[in-house]
Amino acid sequence: MSATFTFTIDGKEIKASPGQTIMEAAEAAGVYIPRLCYSKDLRPHGSCRVCTCMVNGRPQAACTQPAAAGMVVDNNTDEIQAIRRDLVDMLFVDGNHFCPFCEKSGNCELQAMAYRLGITAPRFPYLWPERSVDASHPEVFIDRNRCILCGRCVNASKDIDGKNVFQFVGRGEHKRVAVNAEALAADTDLKGADRASMVCPVGAIVLKYKGYATPIGRRIYDQKPIGSEIESRRK
Amino acid sequence: MVTTADKSAGTRKITIEPVTRVEGHGKVTLLLDDKNKVRQARLHIVEFRGFERFIQGRPYWEVPVMVQRLCGICPVSHHLAAAKAMDWIVGGEKLTPTAEKLRRLMHYGQMFQSHALHFFHLVSPDLLFGFDADPAVRNVIGVAAKFPDLAVQGVMMRKFGQEIIKATAGKKIHGTGAIPGGVNKNLSTQERDFFLKDMEQMLVWARSALKIAKDYTAAHLAELKDFGSFESNHLSLVRADGAMDLYHGVLRAVDSQGKKVLNDVDYQGYFQHIAEEVRDWSYMKFPFMKAIGPEAGWYRVGPLARVNTCDFIDTPEADAALKEFKALTGGKPNNITMAYHWARMIETLHSAEKINALLHDKDLQGTDLVVKGPRREEGVGLIEAPRGTLFHHYRVNKQDQVVMANLIVSTTSNNEPMNRAVQKVAQDYISGKPEITEGLLNRIEVAIRAYDPCLSCATHALGRMPLDVEIVDCEGSVVDRRQRD
Ligand code: FES
Repeated sequence: MSATFTFTIDGKEIKASPGQTIMEAAEAAGVYIPRLCYSKDLRPHGSCRVCTCMVNGRPQAACTQPAAAGMVVDNNTDEIQAIRRDLVDMLFVDGNHFCPFCEKSGNCELQAMAYRLGITAPRFPYLWPERSVDASHPEVFIDRNRCILCGRCVNASKDIDGKNVFQFVGRGEHKRVAVNAEALAADTDLKGADRASMVCPVGAIVLKYKGYATPIGRRIYDQKPIGSEIESRRK
Repeated sequence: MVTTADKSAGTRKITIEPVTRVEGHGKVTLLLDDKNKVRQARLHIVEFRGFERFIQGRPYWEVPVMVQRLCGICPVSHHLAAAKAMDWIVGGEKLTPTAEKLRRLMHYGQMFQSHALHFFHLVSPDLLFGFDADPAVRNVIGVAAKFPDLAVQGVMMRKFGQEIIKATAGKKIHGTGAIPGGVNKNLSTQERDFFLKDMEQMLVWARSALKIAKDYTAAHLAELKDFGSFESNHLSLVRADGAMDLYHGVLRAVDSQGKKVLNDVDYQGYFQHIAEEVRDWSYMKFPFMKAIGPEAGWYRVGPLARVNTCDFIDTPEADAALKEFKALTGGKPNNITMAYHWARMIETLHSAEKINALLHDKDLQGTDLVVKGPRREEGVGLIEAPRGTLFHHYRVNKQDQVVMANLIVSTTSNNEPMNRAVQKVAQDYISGKPEITEGLLNRIEVAIRAYDPCLSCATHALGRMPLDVEIVDCEGSVVDRRQRD
């Protein structure tokens, strides 16, 4: 293994090896940097900006920024948490997120992030978009009203499943996840067992017939806040 | 809130408009002529029906959780009725014993807490202090001051029921316990033991509440007999053998004399027997039995209807209470509006007995939770909600999306009966009176409240229905105004 170096996050010394991002080095050291689009086994997409940290005094996305020797990173400060709250708040009003009856509730990273950041009610006006629902696939249900454009399904399909089922289309507020068929997921070679079908952090892509099967109290984020599994590794 | 006068006919209109929250919204209008005689009395309920459109396109397994948003007071009833409809969709209508018993436990818990809340918090002020008592005392705070034990009982019974809901559905309101074809959890022995330690106390309190309701009815029978009362049909589910069954059964209706007018039919075909009439003055529909027609085919639902339709109750104490209840009318259906309270407390005791029996049933710790069979595209789920029969009917396409939803809620079935009750009270107590006192207006509410309609949601929170009444003469000017909030 090549030579390691150190940098600091919130004053704590973190070991890193060349090529590691700030996110990866932090995670290895048991330091949680909030994130939504990033998923460990996928190429970082760098789109949600929830992982924003102050790196040597400038805002950077921790999931894409390589760590460097002597870097000074601020992660858990009031200022940065406020930025993250704004970003997550905007994601909530940008889609139609009905947590009280969404089947992803309790297992949803967006919802869990809101709880972790102390968001109890949205501060921005709802946009109430009308986006399409694709129920055509026998195993997978797609509801774009809940999509946060994290790109996980796009990357998972391309890099892990080798299929290219999902792509982004449109720009700006019209950006959507599309499938590589004329219109519907049923016409693609997507399978329920594909990574792309399972990586969605929210309820936009879910496996059919599984909703609500886990009782309240035993869902992923019912007991512990998101990120605590990383923080528990901290020595 | 608003009072209008129909000048041409020399009449005036009194509007009683409770300010309510989102669950429902109701007002009463009384049209008086120049001799203060009631010409017309109507209860208007603004009902939210947008839901049936909202749900279109949603995956069917989402429905039992989503429908709970319809009501903050009895979400469990909607949860279970929708789940029962979805059981049909997934071919899982023959639940495993664990699943059916867990759902029943949830349902009896809901019935117990809803009935206790209604009786102790909402109705007891009228019964304990009288309809004409000072409204400053005639409320739940007044009950707490004068009868502290009763107020505590109400709170503790409600809490017990809510904890049962939490243990079976995951949350006190808007849980997820029932899923198509079954449930997502069983009842652990720790959960069971938590309830068993309070069970005896709940039975004691349920018995004493029943006694209060029964004794009150007996003591005031002369006045209550006609108070908002009228002959009607009664409809509910009953078990195939005629026993009261709040969770499942066949549809039965009897007329005011006890003749079966809907003879134990399978509710999957309810639409062959029940239709809904639209009237131009109300947003809410008026359901009726097709065989009889809209004129006379309307019916009552809820506790009174259920004790009238069933032949017996399969728990001993409630069955003994039922026999006493039926003896009052010589075995014929009881058509006294105020007897709803007595009937409701019989059901509360029945629910407590059922909960007790279920807690001693090992099936609740079973692990076989879900069954599925051949997929269907249409399903109907009925349940006896605290307020009466609740109908959920869905069609689902091959892609698992809901394409049609029709709901008939209990308050809709009781629409015509509540209107009749309001008319009766208005005719008997308000017609020809020179002044409309608070006590007289309260009588209208007392009659409506007997049905525990969902429009009383605000009252559940506040302990009474806020009112704003104006009385306007035939020239259109305000001659009197009464406000209460
Ligand atoms: S996690 Fe880094 S930008 Fe989304």
